[in-house]
Amino acid sequence: MKQYTDQGKKDTRSGYGAGMTELGRSHPNVVALCADLVGSLKIEDFIAENPDRFFQTGIAEANMMGIAAGLTIGGKIPFASTFANFATGRVYDQIRQSIAYSGKNVKICASHAGLTLGEDGATHQILEDIGMMKMLPGMTVINPCDFNQTKAATLAIADHEGPVYLRFGRPKVPNFTPADQKFEIGKALLLQEGTDVTIIATGHLVWPALTAAENLEKQGISAEVINIHTIKPLDEEAILKSVEKTGCVVSAEEHNFLGGLGESIARTLALHLPSPQEFVATQDTFGESGTADQLMDKYGLNNKSIEDAVHRVTNRK
Amino acid sequence: MPKLEDLQDIVQQTRRDILRMVHKVNSGHPGGSLGCTEFFVALYHEIMELKQDFDMDGDGEDLFFLSNGHISPVWYSILARKGFFPVSELSTFRELDSRLQGHPTTHEGLPGVRVASGSLGQGMSVAIGAALAKKLNGDQHIVYSLHGDGELQEGQNWEAIMYASGNNVDNLIATIDRNGQQIDGPTEEVLPLGNLREKFEAFGWDVLEVKDGNNLEAVIKGLKEAKVRTGKGKPVCMILDTVMGNGVDFMMHTHAWHGKAPNDEQLQDALAQNPETLGDY
Repeated sequence: MKQYTDQGKKDTRSGYGAGMTELGRSHPNVVALCADLVGSLKIEDFIAENPDRFFQTGIAEANMMGIAAGLTIGGKIPFASTFANFATGRVYDQIRQSIAYSGKNVKICASHAGLTLGEDGATHQILEDIGMMKMLPGMTVINPCDFNQTKAATLAIADHEGPVYLRFGRPKVPNFTPADQKFEIGKALLLQEGTDVTIIATGHLVWPALTAAENLEKQGISAEVINIHTIKPLDEEAILKSVEKTGCVVSAEEHNFLGGLGESIARTLALHLPSPQEFVATQDTFGESGTADQLMDKYGLNNKSIEDAVHRVTNRK
Repeated sequence: MPKLEDLQDIVQQTRRDILRMVHKVNSGHPGGSLGCTEFFVALYHEIMELKQDFDMDGDGEDLFFLSNGHISPVWYSILARKGFFPVSELSTFRELDSRLQGHPTTHEGLPGVRVASGSLGQGMSVAIGAALAKKLNGDQHIVYSLHGDGELQEGQNWEAIMYASGNNVDNLIATIDRNGQQIDGPTEEVLPLGNLREKFEAFGWDVLEVKDGNNLEAVIKGLKEAKVRTGKGKPVCMILDTVMGNGVDFMMHTHAWHGKAPNDEQLQDALAQNPETLGDY
């Protein structure tokens, strides 16, 4: 079994910040926008180095999305960033009309996605954003798993023509992917080979998926682990290839089971390879206050939940 | 400068185009379109500096954004007769497989349109973004936008209005089509807008008002004055008083024709009031 090493916990949002700093130097057309959350988005270095390429819109997310759309008309590549809740639900119509339907090259960069904004509670968390964004025609949806991958994704989307939703989080999570990785939009990553079950995880649930696979091996269950960083377009080929071998699947995400990665996988399987599936996700609920770890445990978003789901799904084969 | 009578001919033909387009599909928005005809003719035929060929980025030329997208008939007519696409295409308005969607979109790739609009209140933000890009690119050209007065009830406008003055977006001329009407009735009854000049001024804009927004000379004069006021640190707002349904007596001064097409008889009556000048499509 392949071993993955935590190179030290880091937050994915800092991966975004590091990516922006690099883009500031390499891509003169990249501009950044933020709605009063610069510190939370970790883009201070980009701003310090490129003050004229940063637009502070204040607490006005709808206007930020519109300005971002307008900037593309002069050939700019806008990265519009704020908390995921305010970057999606609050401005869904602005994204729909001015960005997605208009085919604008805007990168919507959303931090503090999922439950892990923690103590702030449900008003500042969001568990529906993947669903909203993936339903928009032409929108690419990306949810990287650690600091290094978030940085790589940030760099990659600058060279991708079209609207992108890039989702990341607040807490420090294990940083285990290579620093020099190549990020290919729409390409799933096979992290662990196995024969009994396929675990398909995205974002902060990828590391718990690897932990679960390790534990399962001790119980004599061979789990294949796939990291889906791009939820749309979905790498259906990689999913089908794996499930053809294992015969069942567990999806894992920090999102509602409605509208998330799991549903996209279920559709793929329903069309091409009907197979038992279990969903590790929140169960159509809002979040609440608590520490990130407490919330992940309470809402069943950890390696234990994945292992339980594997036992259930293998029994259904 | 084109002769005033030539421009009047375009105004008249544009009115005919609007009426015929809306009549054919029995849907669309003639009232606001007719009210803004003089503005569009002034803007596209007298004021804006445009390049020969359309490109999305619009570097080195003036840009226009229509925020209240429902008045698409007037814009489509103006764009077609200005040469952005074949005039004959106007006959496809709102029909299946047409580039002339009910509300403008880039989705079908219609030259002249740079962003979709229809869901109200988003256009000023986009215009600001385009104006900021021009500044970054060292492009001295101006960004124009048009907004309905009722549309100002959408809160995003006020975010944008605050942003533009706070960030000295002074290469922007936003025109408010103040016809005082919206779907459910007079704006002052549905939700009063109050004193628009004072509101924009309080938000730090340079404001001018054009009282006779259906007088071509007055509109041209107003737009020229607005242009002179750009580049001085403040965004410019032109409040244009227009009459909804202008040029067709039974459509004027009422919200009844906001989104209603004339029947056969009404069309003939309306066309008789606006005889053909440049040839129907």
